[in-house]
Amino acid sequence: MSETEATVEARRQMEICNACRYCEGYCAVFPAMTLRREFTTGDLTHLANLCHSCKGCYHSCQYAPPHPFGVNVPQTFATIRAESYAEYAWPAPMGRLFERNGTVVTLVAFLAVTLVLLLTMALQDPAILYTAQTGVGAFFRVIPYWLMVGLASLSFGYALLAMGMGALRYWRGTAPGAGQKPITVAPVAQAAFDILTLRNLGGGGHGCNDLDDSFAQKRRWLHHAMFYGFMLCFAATTTGAIYHHFLGWKSPHAFLSLPVQFGTWGGVLLCIGTAGLLWVKTVTDPGPVAKRLLGGEYAMLGLLFLVGITGLLLLVIRHTGAMGVTLAIHLGLVLALFLVMPYSKMVHGLYRGLALLRNAQEKRR
Amino acid sequence: MDFTRTYDVLVVGGGNAALSAAITAAQAGASVVVAEHAPKAMRAGNSRHTRNLRALHPRPTEVLTESYLEEEYWDDLLRVTGGRTDEALARMTIRASEHAPGFLRDCGVVFQPSLSGTLSLSRTNAFFLGGGKALVNALYRTAEKLGITILYDTEVQHITIEDGFAREAIVSWRGFPERIRFKAVIASAGGFQANREWLREHWGDAADNFQIRGTPYAQGRVLKDMLASGVQEVGDVTQFHAVANDARAPMEDGGLAMRLDCVPFSIVVNKDVERFYDEGEDVWPKRYAIWGRLIAQQRDQRAFAITDSQALHNYLPSVFPPMKADSIGELAGLLGLDAGKLECVVAEYNATVQPGSFHPTKLDDCRTEGLAIPKSHWARRIEKPPFYGHPLAPGITFTFLGVKVNERARVMMADGKPSANIFASGEIMAGNILGQGYLAGFGMTIGTVFGRIAGEEASRLVRN
Repeated sequence: MSETEATVEARRQMEICNACRYCEGYCAVFPAMTLRREFTTGDLTHLANLCHSCKGCYHSCQYAPPHPFGVNVPQTFATIRAESYAEYAWPAPMGRLFERNGTVVTLVAFLAVTLVLLLTMALQDPAILYTAQTGVGAFFRVIPYWLMVGLASLSFGYALLAMGMGALRYWRGTAPGAGQKPITVAPVAQAAFDILTLRNLGGGGHGCNDLDDSFAQKRRWLHHAMFYGFMLCFAATTTGAIYHHFLGWKSPHAFLSLPVQFGTWGGVLLCIGTAGLLWVKTVTDPGPVAKRLLGGEYAMLGLLFLVGITGLLLLVIRHTGAMGVTLAIHLGLVLALFLVMPYSKMVHGLYRGLALLRNAQEKRR
Repeated sequence: MDFTRTYDVLVVGGGNAALSAAITAAQAGASVVVAEHAPKAMRAGNSRHTRNLRALHPRPTEVLTESYLEEEYWDDLLRVTGGRTDEALARMTIRASEHAPGFLRDCGVVFQPSLSGTLSLSRTNAFFLGGGKALVNALYRTAEKLGITILYDTEVQHITIEDGFAREAIVSWRGFPERIRFKAVIASAGGFQANREWLREHWGDAADNFQIRGTPYAQGRVLKDMLASGVQEVGDVTQFHAVANDARAPMEDGGLAMRLDCVPFSIVVNKDVERFYDEGEDVWPKRYAIWGRLIAQQRDQRAFAITDSQALHNYLPSVFPPMKADSIGELAGLLGLDAGKLECVVAEYNATVQPGSFHPTKLDDCRTEGLAIPKSHWARRIEKPPFYGHPLAPGITFTFLGVKVNERARVMMADGKPSANIFASGEIMAGNILGQGYLAGFGMTIGTVFGRIAGEEASRLVRN
C-alpha cells in the first residue's frame, strides 16, 4: 500500500496511542497495535481494516479534537480503508470507482434497472409486463429463464472473481513480512466467530458509541439484521435453484415454502437493518465520521434497502398486473448489486474478515 | 440559564470530584448547578487524563484481583507521604474507597481488568474502560439525566464569604459577568498547577520550564479566593507532584502519553553531563513520581536519559522518537551535550557495571560498583549501537496546597470553626490526606469519596 496523507496521519496517531494505551479494552485494534513499535503502511492498512468504527476510542480520547494532537482514529482509519479498497481493487484501474463511489453505485443502479426493463420489453411481448401472470413459470414469462440465470451468473461470477483477486492482493499487501505462521483451523474459527457475532462492536458487553458518548448495541444489531437478512435472501435463491434443478419444483412457490419464507424474512431483516443503519449514520455525532466516504455508504445501504423492499413488494403483488414491472425493477437492482459489489462498500466485509483472520493468527504467536 | 434562581447547591468545577458531589446532591433531591470553567470538549479538569482509582477490597472483584485491606492501604499511604497525612481522614477515605467503584458503576462508568503498560496495578486499582474521559462522559450523562444544570465556559471568579457563610458566586458565564445564588457551595475546582505566575512565586524562572501535564484550567482561582476569604489552608504551597516528561511535550495538556518510562533502563545526566541520582533505586512504579522533582532541581530543568538498543523494548514507546546515533559522541551532539564529557560518563559507568542477570520488572542484581552515585539495578553496559537519548523535563500533575476540611467535607475556617455552607472535594482538598508524594489512583479515590460526602452533606444542609 502506498504512503498517503492518511497513512502519515495514522502513523502519527498510532505513535500517540501506543504510548497511551487507554483504549486497549475497546476492540482488537489496540492490542494489535501494541504488538508493533513501528508502523508500515501495510500495518496501518491492516489496523484500519480491523477497525469496526465503533468510535469508543474517539469519545474516550483525551487527545481528540480540539486537543492539538487531534487524535481521531475512526475517521483516519475509515479514510485508509477506502484507500485500501481502491488500491487492492481488481483489475487495478477499477480502483478509481471508489473516488466518487456514491455516484457510481447510484448510476449503476439506475442503468441496471433501465437495462433490465428495456431488455424485458425488447425480448418479450410488452403486454406481459402489464398483465397478471400466474401459475408455474410466471416469472420466466416476464424475463426468460436463460436471461435471468445468464445475467445473474455472469455478474455474480465476475464479482466473486474480482473480489477474490482483491482479497489476494490485500493479503499480500498487508503481510507483516517473514515469520508468519501458517493459517490453521483455530484462527479461522476465531475469525469466523468474530465476523458472525461482530464481537468488536460489542465493546466487551456494553456496546459501542453508535450515536454519541453513550454506549449502545444498535449498530451491532442492525448490522446483524442486514447481514443475516442478506444471507437469508441468498438462501432463498439457493433453495429456489435446488427446487428448480433437482426437485423439479418450479416457481412461484407457495408462501410457506422454504424459498419464500427465507426470502420474506430475509427481506424484512434486510430492510430493517439497512434503514436502521441509514438512520444511525444520519443522526450520529459527526466528529469521528469520514464525511467524504458517506456518499458511497449511503448509496450501498440505499441499494440494499431497495433490493429488499422490491423483493417484498414482489411477494405482495405477484398475482397482479404489477408483477412484471416490479420483477424487472427488483432484478435490475440485484444485477446492479452484483455489478458494483467489488467496487463498493460491500468489499469491507472481505477485508475486515481478512484483517480479523490476520489478527487471530497474530495473537497465536 | 436563569441567574435569578437560587439553587440549593452550586458545584464549582467539573471533574470527577465535582460530578460525584453534584450527582449525590441531586440524587438526594437538591437542585444543583455545576460551573465548569472549560468548554464542553475540554471538560473535567485532570479527570480527563486519569485512568484508574485505588480501591480497598476484601476479596477479588470483577476487575480487582486478590484483596487490598485497610492496613496495607494505610501503610502504602504512610510510606509515600512520609507521615504528612491526617490519619482519621485518610482511614475514613480508605474505608469508603471500597464503595467508590460501585458508585461510579451505578453512574454508568465501565471498568476493565488492567492490561499492559499499567505499572502492574491490577490488584490495587480499578481501571476505567477507555480512561478518565470515558468516566466523565458517563458522569455528565448521569448528571444530565438527574436534571443538573451544567454550565460550561463558566469560571467562578469569587465566592462572597461572610463569617464562614458563602452568599453568592461571581462568575464569568461564556464571557458575561453573572452571579449564581445558592444555599450551599461545593468547591471542587482543583489545584493551581497551571498557574505559572503562582508557581513562579516559589520556583522563580524555573517555573517557565515546567510542563503542565493536565488541564490548563487548573488556575487555582477559587483556591486563592477562598484562602483570601478566611478559609484555613493545608499543604505546602511549594510542593507539587511531577514526573519525568518528554522535554519536547506541549507545555500544557500533553497528558499521560508524554511521560517517559526509560529512566531505570538508562543513565540520566543533566545539562552539565553529570549523573545526579540512582536511576535503578527501585522499580519504576515506586520511583516515577520522584523524578519530576529531581529534574526540576537541575540546571534549566532538563535531563537526558541515555540508553542503547538493548533497552529499547524494556519500556513503553515514546510518542516522539528518541534521538538516535551510532556513537555516544554523535548522540551528545544531537542532545546539545558536551561530547567528550558524555563519552567519559558512559565509559566510567560501563567500567563499573557488574555481571548479573537482567530482569526488567524485578529488582535484579545488575548494578554498578564504585560510582559516587550508584545505579543499583538494571545496570547494563551502554555499548550496543544505535544509542538513544530521551530529553526529559518535569511534568507537573498537581499541587499540594489546599483548603482544610473536616471528615464531613466541610471547609474549615482560619478560626478553627467549620464553615456554615462551604464544602470541598477533590484536588482542592486532597492535601489534607496526601501531604506529599503520590499513590497511583488515589487522587480519583479522594475525589469520589469526598465528592459523595460533600454532595450528601450539602443536600442535608439545604433540606434543614
